[in-house]
Amino acid sequence: MTQTEIIDTLKSIVKPYVQNQQAFETLDEKTDFVKDLQINSANLVDIALDTEDAFGIEIDNESMQRMLTVEAALSIIEEKRAQK
Amino acid sequence: MESAKIISRLPYSEPFLFVDEIISVDENSILGSFRFDENLDFYRGHFRNNPITPGVILIECMAQIGLAAFGIYLIKDETDRNVQFVFTSSEAEFLKPVFPGETVFVTSRKIYFRFGKLKCEVIMETEPGEKICKATLSGMITNQIVP
Repeated sequence: MTQTEIIDTLKSIVKPYVQNQQAFETLDEKTDFVKDLQINSANLVDIALDTEDAFGIEIDNESMQRMLTVEAALSIIEEKRAQK
Repeated sequence: MESAKIISRLPYSEPFLFVDEIISVDENSILGSFRFDENLDFYRGHFRNNPITPGVILIECMAQIGLAAFGIYLIKDETDRNVQFVFTSSEAEFLKPVFPGETVFVTSRKIYFRFGKLKCEVIMETEPGEKICKATLSGMITNQIVP
């Protein structure tokens, strides 16, 4: 799976929970799920669970706490995939 | 954890406590009941001269038993008692009205409880087991509520 494929998968996971469509259209690594996309903490949990299923990984509490940006999500996905 | 202990830890009181008893609870589900007293104040206005329990109150009752009481059981004594409950989403279908004086039974089954979010399939039934409402409800257990 390439970096682009990972981002595309992540975007499809995030999409249903986005409140700010404009920020979603210009999404990049610096995009903040809460501040930019206006996703609430309850839906961040759904995003984490969907990410686990899509990539076959398990996200621990510590990773969940820092999974607030696209960049952090990508690094967690890569780290957990490498551990498999 | 027994019924009285769970109810004593709920953050609600009259006139906004909609739990009388927790009949059973384990890691996967909870069953509780509530009787809608004829004298509850909202019946004066919902509806005028035709008292029927408001749907939002039925949802509140389902959330108090199915999310808050269940959440208190699931976090046990391990966690800080000063936690707060935030109702985050509901998708409900109403099948039958509830009139003053009726007792309802609420069953909530855990879909997942992770990272502080409890998501459940919740059913409210009459005493003979007729379905009143079925819903998917979610809430967060958190240390502080962000304004």
